[in-house]
Amino acid sequence: MNSLYYQKRLSRNIGDKFFTSLSVICALIAILPLILLITYILIKGGSQITPELFTLEPNPPGDDLDAGGINPALIGTLIITTIASIIAIPVGVGGGIYLAEYSKGGAFSRFIRFGVNVLAGVPSIIAGVFIYALIVSTKILFGSMYSGLAGGMALSILMLPTVIKTTDEGLKLVPNELRYASLGVGASMYTTILKVTLPSAFRSIATGVVLGIARAAGETAPLIFTALFSYYYVTGFADLFYEMGSLAVLIYNFALEPYDAQNKLAWAASFILVLSILSVNIFSRILAAFTEKTKRV
Amino acid sequence: MEKKLTLFKNRKRFGIEKNIDIIFKNTALVLSSLVAIILLGIILVVFFQSFESFSRYGLKFLVTSEWNPVKDEYGALTAIYGTLVTSFLSLLITIPLGVGTAIFITEDFVPKVAREIIGSFVELLAAIPSVVLGLWAIFVMEPFFRAFFVFLHNFLGWMPLFSTEPTGRNSLLAILILVVMLLPIVTSIARDSLNQVPKKLRNAAYGIGASRWKTIFSVILPAALSGIMAGVLLALGRAMGETMAVTMIIGNSNVFSWSLLSPGYTISSMLANQFGEANGSQVSSLFYAAFVLMILSLVVNIFAQFLVKKFSLKY
Repeated sequence: MNSLYYQKRLSRNIGDKFFTSLSVICALIAILPLILLITYILIKGGSQITPELFTLEPNPPGDDLDAGGINPALIGTLIITTIASIIAIPVGVGGGIYLAEYSKGGAFSRFIRFGVNVLAGVPSIIAGVFIYALIVSTKILFGSMYSGLAGGMALSILMLPTVIKTTDEGLKLVPNELRYASLGVGASMYTTILKVTLPSAFRSIATGVVLGIARAAGETAPLIFTALFSYYYVTGFADLFYEMGSLAVLIYNFALEPYDAQNKLAWAASFILVLSILSVNIFSRILAAFTEKTKRV
Repeated sequence: MEKKLTLFKNRKRFGIEKNIDIIFKNTALVLSSLVAIILLGIILVVFFQSFESFSRYGLKFLVTSEWNPVKDEYGALTAIYGTLVTSFLSLLITIPLGVGTAIFITEDFVPKVAREIIGSFVELLAAIPSVVLGLWAIFVMEPFFRAFFVFLHNFLGWMPLFSTEPTGRNSLLAILILVVMLLPIVTSIARDSLNQVPKKLRNAAYGIGASRWKTIFSVILPAALSGIMAGVLLALGRAMGETMAVTMIIGNSNVFSWSLLSPGYTISSMLANQFGEANGSQVSSLFYAAFVLMILSLVVNIFAQFLVKKFSLKY
């Protein structure tokens, strides 16, 4: 009779309780760093935000109490990420199109897909080392050494696997009937891809690409010896061929300075960087959840 | 009748359109092979740049710890030891934490909404740039753990791992920040593989009277093991290559020490720290170290891919 009821003292029930609380503790520990991080960035970084921050150049570290602003770094991050996108998106989308639309699952496409995954696992600093050897040390870009252009190239190597993967997977989700219909009415392969399959996969590809860009915007390691850093305003096109600052490298450099003013600037830059990356992430998540719901109906 | 035929005749595809089609296909082909070219290019460039150092030191480079630009003597043991020790120990902490969190998310302890929020919180952690984590580690984590490290040294100082007096930045802090970075990877992959375990396995186990955790340990986890392993390997690759946060907190010292409480080095932090100012044969030695790092992470990654491919469609 007793065995029909839940018995607290049974060893299996005690064990279950124990492990359940253990996993709850794990989950709590897992979200703790994020909460602490966000709080600190909001408090320490948010309190530094002033209008001048966005318009001034940073002052060189010293006893100076006024650290200046982060304008060059902000603009630099925008430029470098744009360069990376200009390289990585066409190459990645083109490569993804080949994998999803043309290849027939043979050795070549398997090899490329494998290569994409391996490239995604290459440490980001290796991308920097590679571009340094290929472009910076050889001065191949019109004699310029460290440059925003080289930095953009290093970042594009990191973006490329993400873009190919999302394009490949986005296109694979497009139902084959659409392709048959288009080819059936006499459209050529490239018209089918450009007018039918690519547009219908657009949203999922765009989401992945935007996430890839957001990720690249926060990358530091490939930039520290390709784009280096600059304290001065970006004034024109020619500045692409010179050292260029970025928010990520600014945080790295100024966090290691012994001066309080520079450290505060690093917190302010983190605030801007994290806020923009997180909002892109949350926005695209909501968008993805929304499209998933509408598809299911 | 005649008219219709000519109509069809005009409808054939123009030569120019056929050419565009072919060009389009070949462009896509070239673009996709670019991935392979870049990958090969990276390996070859890094190898050839390290050739000078490779021919001078050979494999001795891997087991000597002297790194002296003045005397022009280089050995990467400190950095290699640092890379291995930080990545393996951080993984050792992350695996139970991450898998525990994944179990929490996939079981129904709390309502689904709460679980999804926790899940996406953990994933958002992955979106935070590592340089920001480094900043946070310097100004928040290091002061917070300082007393704990002193305590650790006083009580466990007889062990080589804790034998040095803690002074600011050290390898243990690097391990802790790596745990924060690896948690989202392990958690999300473990969650996905736990979710893929068919429900009937669970129901069968419940049906013969297994308790919840008996089911998890003897049925669900073994079924999801290969996926979790692949996730762990990916995390290991990430840990080895992780640069910024580690560089900022590990202390950057090339003096070899077994202790986790002394400042150390990893290959990637050595690269980040010295590459900009290096010249002469130091550059070549740094490339050699980069080559070692690349081989390490390639092996781990390829092995992870292999695991994923081999076991992913078991159920």
